[in-house]
Amino acid sequence: MNTLILRTVAPVLTALMLLFSVFVLLRGHNEPGGGFIGGLIAASALAIYGIAFGVSAVRRAIRFHPMAIAGSGLLLATLSGLVSIFAGVPFMTGLWIYPEILGVEVPLATVMSFDIGVYLVVVGAITSIALALEQEEPERAEAIGEQPPPPVRAKRPRKPRPKPQVEG
Amino acid sequence: MAAPSTDLSAALVLASPQLADWLVVLPVVLMIGFGAVLMMVRKSVRLHGTIAITGLALLVLLDAALLIRISTYGPITMVMGRWLPPFGIAFTADLFGSLMAFVSAVVALAAGVFALRDIDAGGRRYGFFPFLMLLMAGVSGAFLTGDIFNLYVWFEVLLISSFGLLILGSEPEQIDGALKYAVLNLIGTTLFLIAVGYLYAIFGTLNMADIAGKASRLRETAPLVTLTALFILAFAMKAAAFPVNFWLPASYHTPRITVSALFGGLLTKVGIYALIRVTVMLFPVEREELSFVVAVSAALTMVIGALGALAQNDLRRLVGYVVIAGIGNMMAGVAIGTPAAVSGSILYALHSVVTMTALYLVAGEAARLGGAWSLSGLGGLYRRAPWFSAASLALFLAAAGLPPLSGLWPKVALLKASLDIGAWWLAAAILISAFIVTLALARVFLLAFWRPRPEPAPELAIARDWRIAWPLGCLTALSILFGLFPETVLDLSQRAATGLAEPSAYIRSVFPGGAAP
Repeated sequence: MNTLILRTVAPVLTALMLLFSVFVLLRGHNEPGGGFIGGLIAASALAIYGIAFGVSAVRRAIRFHPMAIAGSGLLLATLSGLVSIFAGVPFMTGLWIYPEILGVEVPLATVMSFDIGVYLVVVGAITSIALALEQEEPERAEAIGEQPPPPVRAKRPRKPRPKPQVEG
Repeated sequence: MAAPSTDLSAALVLASPQLADWLVVLPVVLMIGFGAVLMMVRKSVRLHGTIAITGLALLVLLDAALLIRISTYGPITMVMGRWLPPFGIAFTADLFGSLMAFVSAVVALAAGVFALRDIDAGGRRYGFFPFLMLLMAGVSGAFLTGDIFNLYVWFEVLLISSFGLLILGSEPEQIDGALKYAVLNLIGTTLFLIAVGYLYAIFGTLNMADIAGKASRLRETAPLVTLTALFILAFAMKAAAFPVNFWLPASYHTPRITVSALFGGLLTKVGIYALIRVTVMLFPVEREELSFVVAVSAALTMVIGALGALAQNDLRRLVGYVVIAGIGNMMAGVAIGTPAAVSGSILYALHSVVTMTALYLVAGEAARLGGAWSLSGLGGLYRRAPWFSAASLALFLAAAGLPPLSGLWPKVALLKASLDIGAWWLAAAILISAFIVTLALARVFLLAFWRPRPEPAPELAIARDWRIAWPLGCLTALSILFGLFPETVLDLSQRAATGLAEPSAYIRSVFPGGAAP
């Protein structure tokens, strides 16, 4: 969409929404919010950016492939569950540390890192879908890094060969 | 921050878990972790094979350790986040679950090695290996969970990964197959979910140990037969039992052959696993009520599957029908329901996971060597690849249930069990089905292997490849070993069946303090 209004507003809107998504993510620990909804907000921010400036602009802006972001989130969430093996408590038990940062006690938990993982999974997965839908057909193959499927796979013939022509 | 002063022992498990207890969650965690890493390096397809095979080998080791641990010390439970069961989600593995998990891991490793050859860079870029990891996370989770809603979640996980695997390549016929597969499986999963909803309304709990303990008290008042019938229908759909089996031959021949092999070996068996777990362990009395229906469905599944196999020309479709015939045998054990019969079903499931995967791999390799999927186009394989043909013949005999291979013992166990309760017609169905499957597979051997090639094709120099020889060889060896030295597996499956019929050890592992609150 090539309108002046959207293109002017989109960067501001995207930045604000991304900021807000982090706020929702952190707020979700004790109040309504959380990784899932925060991730959805961030993904819609990127989608708006994509509508205004095109898909490749978004891909450049987020640097990593959305699926890689989702993968890192999944890994982070899994590892947060595994931390409890060192504390002698069952899988996925919430563990807390209270470091003093700049004189303020900041409670940090594996629950939070799990939630950040969820956030990343949702951002990655939804952005991936949104970008694929926004993309024009020809640039899709090249931008996702997928080769168009090979026309014929020579190794795995699917059809029976034509019957031999029996002479006579 | 002050620690809360409430009594935590009412809500949390305060004893710290033993390190061995972690074995019950680690297979799933491992697979999700490796899947995540593979997603992150999605574009570097060169790394995929190494990472995935490492992951699957670790999975085999973990599942082996779990199996050894459980067969020595009994079922293991770990409840997520320390919550007391039945409120926390429990992972509980008993002998049945860990046996299935172990065999699936072995088969997945074999299929993974085969995929190194079968799946080209394009397929890898589409994400074959990440999907494979997540599929195995779903399969392992389904086998190891002790919570029925969680079982549903793992069904979803493996279903979604299977959609991805099924359309790998995006060919029109794959989309067609995937559509049938997806619609039927989504209906089955929805039925399962509805049944879980009813179950929760009746029991107020989703923990399987808790349900097994409470069923006897609620039997007088609650509509448990209806509930069990719903579960049976849902799982029969998953397992491709007659009359809800038609999605399997319609879809399993479309994807890459490694994918077909994984699906044929693992997915239907997850359905059978869930069926046995729910009917035999949770609702044995209701299973008894419905046993005639299940027996009829089992007999028809066997015979129709076998007849279908006899009628097919395409190798992959043919193997699909052999899978269905096997499902009928396993359902027969569920229908009879005595510990001996259930142990026959478990044996059959273990045998079937290995043999069906291997049969699909044989089909793939035969097509690569012979240049066709159809029996009319194949020929002369025996002359070209004698070792491969010998392995194929062994697997055909195993699938047909002939001695001295792995298919014999489960069939003997099931026959004996059905004759013991006087169900002669079920025994007859098992024998007839085995006979027709023998014919169908003998036909394959005769046409594709013995017969000279129908056309003088240019002799392609096809090199022997370890990525094909090892998986096929190992699976065949497993099948032969099981056929020749069945004592260990027989003993394990009998103990697994006893553990299902009398789940006190399972319940005690979840509620060590005694009965559920």
